[in-house]
Amino acid sequence: MGTPAIEIEGLTKDYALGFWRKKKRRALDGLSFQVQDGEVFGFLGPNGAGKTTTIKLLMGLIFPTAGAARIRGRSIDDVEMHRDIGFLPEQPYFYDYLTAREVLDYSARFFGFSAAERRERVDRFLEKVGLTAAANVQLRKFSKGMMQRVGIAQAILHDPKVVFLDEPTSGLDPVGRREVREIILELKKQGRTVFFSTHILPDAELLCDRVGVVVGGKLHGVGTPQEMMSIEVQGMELHFELPAGSALPAALASGATRSGAIYRLDVPEAQLYEAIEQLHAAKARILSVTQLKPTLEDYFFRLVGGEKGPSYAVEVSSK
Amino acid sequence: MNSVPYFVALNTFRESVRDRVLYNLIFFALVMMGAAVLVGQISLGIENEVIINLGLTAISLFGLVMAIFIGVGLVYKEIERRTLYSILAKPVHRWQFLAGKYFGLLLTLAVNTALMTAGLFLALLYVKHSIAASDVHVLIAVYFILLQLALVTVLAIFFSCFSTPMLSTLFTLGIYVAGVFASDIRDMGALTNNTALILITRATYYLLPNFSNFNVIAATAHGDPIPLTLVGQNTAYAAIYIAAVLLAASAVFSNRNLK
Repeated sequence: MGTPAIEIEGLTKDYALGFWRKKKRRALDGLSFQVQDGEVFGFLGPNGAGKTTTIKLLMGLIFPTAGAARIRGRSIDDVEMHRDIGFLPEQPYFYDYLTAREVLDYSARFFGFSAAERRERVDRFLEKVGLTAAANVQLRKFSKGMMQRVGIAQAILHDPKVVFLDEPTSGLDPVGRREVREIILELKKQGRTVFFSTHILPDAELLCDRVGVVVGGKLHGVGTPQEMMSIEVQGMELHFELPAGSALPAALASGATRSGAIYRLDVPEAQLYEAIEQLHAAKARILSVTQLKPTLEDYFFRLVGGEKGPSYAVEVSSK
Repeated sequence: MNSVPYFVALNTFRESVRDRVLYNLIFFALVMMGAAVLVGQISLGIENEVIINLGLTAISLFGLVMAIFIGVGLVYKEIERRTLYSILAKPVHRWQFLAGKYFGLLLTLAVNTALMTAGLFLALLYVKHSIAASDVHVLIAVYFILLQLALVTVLAIFFSCFSTPMLSTLFTLGIYVAGVFASDIRDMGALTNNTALILITRATYYLLPNFSNFNVIAATAHGDPIPLTLVGQNTAYAAIYIAAVLLAASAVFSNRNLK
């Protein structure tokens, strides 16, 4: 395996509080993990968990109290390393007296592109984020979603190897969210590493090769969304109908609910076949058997200690 | 060539133009035209002196207000609005950003001053119907004003790196006023015969930017020649002082955690 795209070792950040700045608040506590080249990595956590702090540390906007980080093998202190990275800040804000075209042209200048290259890239990326029609409009007239698109364009227009996106889909309408997802998938297809923070868990589930969950400044696990979700299978769910005159087997009565003619039965996975045999004996018509699988949201809620989110059913068979 | 500060400076200048900062020139032009007409009627024989005095004072005052009020928000605004996040995530050193912001504002002030100077010469032309060779001293006085503005701007940007605009304005104004009276502060210490006080006032004198050396408005208005050695001295002094403060500002800004 080559050099990881991102290496984080014991990253810690304390903020000084109070007038005399003697009190400390630990925003990040010994964060350590790696993101491999070409991975889409989702950084999940509730508000105030330390997601943005981590990204700001990696971008050199704030400095760590302890620990170190490298991007493509180069220290985060190395400004030249920034040639290889792109960054979309959370709720991005750009110079509102500039047009979208001017913002992108200004961004491109820092990477040494010629005027012709800049023009070509700016046009291409304006089209990619759907802002061609608004290219010459000053940003002060842009909506939040349009600003987010400008932010994404400026983050990727120099073809960075590693892209950091802080809450890239927040504030976007469903169409905008879908477009951002497509851009992330396209970046992945191009072999780029994408590190994005989000609290929109379905996005993470859909896009990420791996996710890391940070809560209270501490990392609470890294793995694929599937690994996270399959930590425990919650059971099986059966839907069935009973012929007229047939009674529900007494052993199953406690786990069953009825809605019209259709019964729903939740059973532990180990008791599935036994339940099916009993239903056969009662001449029941089994409509579906599905596995109750926790979502990333369930996992997330368990970690943060909140209410348990709704599970969704993954269909494994149906009749 | 390190072109990053140049890009930032151009953008800062563009911001001033788009934010209509140079609109104050219209006000200045109106003041100068009105003054020229008025002075032409009421000050027989000394129109030249009055116009130059009034014009240079106005250029200095307008420039000072711009330098302080734009300068103190230059970095602070970028941090508050988080516009510099996406810039610093690019291959841009913080000192480059800071130097770019500084020279961008300086460019704005230079354009502003140049246009106001053109207005002053138009007013002179209106009153005297000709421009004399001796009026070139006005350009030296304007150059000194520009050096003063460069000094004030660097102080404003220094405070802007770690303080709010309100406090930065107070600090910059305070240093400007103290700098105007820098020689007096030193002389006052010398009068006391108290060694500690003499040392303190002398140290203050050397630390403060000495603005009194740059004020040649009265001499220019009287038509007194300005020695070229003073031009050299003031240029060197301003360059060294600006470099030192800009270095200090870079050191502060480079180690600052952005919120």
